Amino acid sequence: MTMRVFVPRDAGALAVGAEEVAGSIRKAANARNLEIEIVRTGSRGLYWVEPMVEVETPAGRVAYGPVTEEDAESFIDSVLTGATHTRRLGPTDQIPWLKRQTRLTFARCGIVDPRSLDDYRRQGGYRGLKRALTLGPEGTVEEIVQSGLRGRGGAGFPTGIKWRTVAQTEAPQKYIVCNADEGDSGTFADRMIIEGDPFVLIEGMTVAALAVGAPKGYVYIRSEYPHAIAAMKAAVETARRGGVLGRRIASSAFTFDIEVRVGAGAYVCGEETSLLESIEGKRGVVRAKPPLPAHNGLFGHPTVINNVLSFASVPIILERGAAFYLDFGLGRSRGTMPIQLAGNVKYGGLFETAFGITLGELVDEVGGGSASGRPVRAVQVGGPLGAYFPRALFDTPFDYEAFAARDGLIGHGGVVVFDDSVDMAKQARFAMEFCAIESCGKCTPCRIGSRRGVEVIDRITSNTERAPNLTVLEDLCNTMKFGSLCALGGFTPYPVMSALTHFPEDFGAAPRRLQAAE
Amino acid sequence: MPTYRQWSATRAAQIIAAHLDGEGPLLPILQSIQEEFGYIDEAAEPLIAQALNITRAEVHGVVTFYHDFRREPAGRHVLKLCRAEACQSTGGDSLVAQAEAWLGVRMGGTAPDGSVTLEPVYCLGLCATAPSAMLDGRVLGRLNRSRLDALLSEARK
Repeated sequence: MTMRVFVPRDAGALAVGAEEVAGSIRKAANARNLEIEIVRTGSRGLYWVEPMVEVETPAGRVAYGPVTEEDAESFIDSVLTGATHTRRLGPTDQIPWLKRQTRLTFARCGIVDPRSLDDYRRQGGYRGLKRALTLGPEGTVEEIVQSGLRGRGGAGFPTGIKWRTVAQTEAPQKYIVCNADEGDSGTFADRMIIEGDPFVLIEGMTVAALAVGAPKGYVYIRSEYPHAIAAMKAAVETARRGGVLGRRIASSAFTFDIEVRVGAGAYVCGEETSLLESIEGKRGVVRAKPPLPAHNGLFGHPTVINNVLSFASVPIILERGAAFYLDFGLGRSRGTMPIQLAGNVKYGGLFETAFGITLGELVDEVGGGSASGRPVRAVQVGGPLGAYFPRALFDTPFDYEAFAARDGLIGHGGVVVFDDSVDMAKQARFAMEFCAIESCGKCTPCRIGSRRGVEVIDRITSNTERAPNLTVLEDLCNTMKFGSLCALGGFTPYPVMSALTHFPEDFGAAPRRLQAAE
Repeated sequence: MPTYRQWSATRAAQIIAAHLDGEGPLLPILQSIQEEFGYIDEAAEPLIAQALNITRAEVHGVVTFYHDFRREPAGRHVLKLCRAEACQSTGGDSLVAQAEAWLGVRMGGTAPDGSVTLEPVYCLGLCATAPSAMLDGRVLGRLNRSRLDALLSEARK
């Protein structure tokens, strides 16, 4: 019997040697005249045990990790003889870190063969589109509205409302645009889905296209993700051949095709209007809103622009119904959120769970604290524009409103962990520096404010007129927050002010009392 | 190691022509040109402007807006070190210092022997296996001093 082995082709696994491991496993199998099929999947998201290799058994998949090239021989022997192996993690489904999750959006990631449309179908794919075709455009939009799905890119705007606006706008042309410009440090969920289960994204976009009446879609992927770009292009080709993209999709009267576009290294293009400008072939300069992209988007036409995770959540909502999805989560944050634990964390990876888990549970229990073994001092939630939270705020539940109430944001769900060696004044300075590097230059608070911000923080840390400069920094942050056109300038104050508020000692200020600093 | 063609206006014109049917073709054109020649020669700008019926200033504006576009050839290898927060939290800054000292060049520069161009990158999405880097499109995670040393030696060859 052929042995079926699963080795990830996910970039995170490749970065730690998955390709070499796949090669050495094949070599070891050949040396034993063993028939072997190596399926290259996405990642299950347990990055601390990557490269994680799985083998198919009658009782389900069994995981080994982290597997090195040198482990290949003993891995094969262990599978054949049932001998114990130091890398053996047991049945994959029973790994506590995975078992504790609620995987809806990531249900297939790491399991399905991302290059096989048949495998996608076998594992429940295209049931969502089938139901959407039965419901019709209006019914589909309503289903998404009722599910409570909010934009997973960061802003948290209700996806269904966006779709309804586009559906109700009369226009000769409409577009579906997928924002895969995942630039936030500490996030990799979009990349994982595209590399591990790209058809779910194609299906989600197709449902959106059907719902609003758009014949054309774009996926804009950042150039820093070459593996995701290749995976997406391959999936689009396969979907066209399989009759689920192009004319008369799934034997319906409906036409939809997708084009993959590649970014060019501008962080600001993750902002939706800047992204549209970029597809149009212009500088990625932010547009003033209104008009909203839903009315006046790509090439001036009504456009649904959503994040990868928003589209990827659509098929399961359609398949299982709005009520099923709505049942997860709390308050106005419904469903599940793929949270990404990153940076200096012991168990880093993709943890999808219903909204409501606390930051402390995530960092200490799920993440296991810092990788360095030193105490965790701060975590940045929501990317480079997200606030730094101290341990004192670890009781904050993962929920859009709860984070906003504490002057933070969940953004795209990235959590970057820092141990006690972190210098928070340096992190605040970096936030301003990053904003200065990446500013599109359209509005003054962002373009000029970020440069002045770096200088002001330098004066504070070098104790040059510290007290007045602390006042200037706060004032500058307010100007940026309320005067910037988009989230880049508008949210850069979050990391800066949170660092200053929660860790004033790093700025040489007297703890907790900024005004008293002298 | 990537290999590139010598700049050729004829070849550039072919590349431009191949993209003219698409919607908003400027970025794909610039990306294809850079893929072919390793950078975007200034002489490409008027060619593109004419083909797309836009001003040369508009093309120039786009070339200079995006970090990816080079206006001169890079070294034989390009090493991108991630400088974003997740990599900072795992000691990425000291790797940057190590690479700069090893190559005798600051971030953004090319080693005097033309072997390696060192560039910052703000997130490769490998944040759970940080610190990370990319050498000519090859992704690398869990970097440390010795792995970076090996990588630099390999690139220097």
